[in-house]
Amino acid sequence: MMQIKPILAALKRHKAGTVLIALQIALTLAIVCNALFIIRQRTEHLSRPTGLTESNLLAVSNRWVGADGKATESLTETDLAALRQQAGVADATMINSYPLRGGGWSLGADTKPSDKDNVRRPTAQTTLYFTDEHALSTMGLKLVGGRNFRPEEVRWVDPRDFETNVPVIVSQALATKLYPDGHALGKPVYLSSTKPATIIGIVERLQVPWTGNWAANFAENSVLLPFLLQGNFGNYLVRTRPGEMARMTKAVPALLFKTNRMRVIPEERGVRTFAEVREQAYKSDRGMAILMGVVCAVLLAITAAGIVGLTSFWVGQRRKQIGVRRALGATRHDILSYFLTENLLIGAGGVIVGAALAIGMNLWLVSHFEMERLSLAYVAVGVIALLLLGQGAVLAPAMKASRVPPVEATRSV
Amino acid sequence: MFGYYFQLGMRSLRRNPVLTALMVIAIGFGVAASMITWSVFRVVSGNPIPQKSGRLFTVLIDNRGPQYNDDGEPPEALTYTDANAMIRAHKAPHQTLFYPISLAVLPDGNRSLPLKAIGYATTADFFGMFDVPFEYGSAWSAQDDTRRAGVVVLSHQFNEQLFGGADSVGREVDLSGHIYRVVGVTRHFDPKPRYFDLFGGSAFDDPMQVYIPFNRADDLQINTAGRNTCGGAPDTGVGTGREGWLRGECSWIPVWVQLDTPAQVADYRAFLEGYAAKQQRAGRFRWPPNVRLRDVTDWLAFEHVVPPESRISLVVSIGFFVICLVNTIGLLLAKFMRRSAEIGVRRALGAPRGEIYRQFLIEAGTVGAAGGVLGVLLTAVGVGGVGLLFAPRIARLAQVDLPLMALTLLVAVVATVVAAFYPTWRAAKVQPAWQLKSN
Repeated sequence: MMQIKPILAALKRHKAGTVLIALQIALTLAIVCNALFIIRQRTEHLSRPTGLTESNLLAVSNRWVGADGKATESLTETDLAALRQQAGVADATMINSYPLRGGGWSLGADTKPSDKDNVRRPTAQTTLYFTDEHALSTMGLKLVGGRNFRPEEVRWVDPRDFETNVPVIVSQALATKLYPDGHALGKPVYLSSTKPATIIGIVERLQVPWTGNWAANFAENSVLLPFLLQGNFGNYLVRTRPGEMARMTKAVPALLFKTNRMRVIPEERGVRTFAEVREQAYKSDRGMAILMGVVCAVLLAITAAGIVGLTSFWVGQRRKQIGVRRALGATRHDILSYFLTENLLIGAGGVIVGAALAIGMNLWLVSHFEMERLSLAYVAVGVIALLLLGQGAVLAPAMKASRVPPVEATRSV
Repeated sequence: MFGYYFQLGMRSLRRNPVLTALMVIAIGFGVAASMITWSVFRVVSGNPIPQKSGRLFTVLIDNRGPQYNDDGEPPEALTYTDANAMIRAHKAPHQTLFYPISLAVLPDGNRSLPLKAIGYATTADFFGMFDVPFEYGSAWSAQDDTRRAGVVVLSHQFNEQLFGGADSVGREVDLSGHIYRVVGVTRHFDPKPRYFDLFGGSAFDDPMQVYIPFNRADDLQINTAGRNTCGGAPDTGVGTGREGWLRGECSWIPVWVQLDTPAQVADYRAFLEGYAAKQQRAGRFRWPPNVRLRDVTDWLAFEHVVPPESRISLVVSIGFFVICLVNTIGLLLAKFMRRSAEIGVRRALGAPRGEIYRQFLIEAGTVGAAGGVLGVLLTAVGVGGVGLLFAPRIARLAQVDLPLMALTLLVAVVATVVAAFYPTWRAAKVQPAWQLKSN
């Protein structure tokens, strides 16, 4: 510690190099902190459960050709019957959308009727899933209260013409939001209409179809309605028996085309395992995390290499001075700690500026993109990481310096 | 002298292979990271129709009012009522409206399964306004619009699929059970981003395959295959059948007009205000006129068409490149200063400062060029890997072409030479007397 004064004096004679290393450390800290923060934000989504039992689940998108509206009812029923009879299939259902799919139906849900004159925001935003009594077992949802739909409750409706005064199953998150006292079963829920639906069941968890930030504040608010929608487009969810997944991925579309070939099942994304659905939904999140990870790693490596390079140069430049110090009685340890302390001082300067830069950069990102504020813990971790990196990087050249023999003092350059 | 300095530079670089490799790798990685993200960014942020982006406007009318609109902004498309009113009024030299449809071509002859066909239901003006190029035939006429004719324009790729690329004008196609006569086949038409259909979020989707008259699609009650937003207002058309939906306040039809002079723009704006005021007087709107007329660039910016991934990764990779350059400055400084003696000798022998500058900047340029070559290789590899980062429809846009490679090399050299100015300045400041004395 008593060495600090002479170190500062020496640094003054190497302003450029000092400033460059400090600047590099500062910029690296700013970028690494923000990159790590982006990684955490992105990977947080990745592991979010949908509420579905995702293994052994197939999603098929189907578009009827030459039939629309009411005519699609019997066609779909034939399909569902064929699917449920297929060996290797445990259960199947039709649904307008499903978690991670991307498109769907969302609206405001309320515990009281909406009032035209007294305008207020609805209590909760929610997604609507239109499906039948096979949904719970096909999707593998966990019913934590109430009951499933009964077959006689399920009806076909025109998507532009229906009333929502029916029994519904809601997700736990929505139930709690609507009725914080925990007694949602049997209570009404208004879905943009004057006639309320009645909550007959609660499932533990059911995610909305969207993964974007805009849906983050209602990510688990879902309502299942006992309606099958007429129209030429629909999604089938198929639960296969264990071990039959690979076979069913081919057998299911073949079966559907055998049942009726007047349909389009897109080649791309027409038949997907739920693992594929998840992968595609989070592709850009994962890619962003990977990119940021690579950038961080390369950045730290380059910064470390830069420190090694410049310090080596300084050591080379000061061989004579080191020799003099050694000749005057400084131990090898003194020389080693001189360079380590010097690096620590530069690093400290760098991380102070870097911390400010990191926060500034985060504020800029917050104002331009949908990003959260950087947690100071990231800055703290980044500061420690960079100081350690600096010490690690300087170790090799410092060791080399400590091995300079005292006799060097007597040589000229 | 250039050749000689170049040789000197090469020799100097060989003398410290580790230091040189470090600089080259840093520049290579830095420039490659920037170029990979740039290759995506330049496409997503480009102007898809530079020749008339200032003359095409999308028309927006607030039909929801201050309580339900999006922070004061009207919905991003019009209702059926307003869209049709805009077309009927015919106040602009050209106007069009459209909505996405999804049809199926029935199996015939050698095809046993139906084929999906995506497209737009639109009007004759669509093709002229958006500069759609034609391979065979032409757009349908305004009369076809009023006659509600069963005509169709096919895309080049779809014509290839259906007719093997032959001139199919006059042939008939069965789309979802209705016969249409082919009047034209477009050339490849795929503006990126697809500025006119940002409402549907299809800025980077696959190109459309068929175009049919809006009125015909309306007669056949073909539903939109795209977005439909009814807002949060109560009783906005849900639950009353197709008629109720059409008459209701759901927005789903983008409308575009072409206005060639500022006077026309002013006139149209006045007409739009007047229209909204009339709706207010009629009691449909309970708020003063709130309308927008946005041209292509304005619309692209408003809709944030550049994916946030693209912008963030560009910012981060440029930051990365800057750090690599700072690193290079430091290493070059070390390298140049180590040769103080050599500089001293040259200066003592009469070399002016300018010569020192030239020598060291050329040396730095060599480093930059080597980094650039590495950068080009890494960029080529990286662009292949952008599929990891972006959705396939966006990753597809990234391509390594000659301009990108040239730019990579140029950026690497220029950036390195700029970075080398400070170390070179220091090198040129070396006092010859000092160096000679200590020797």
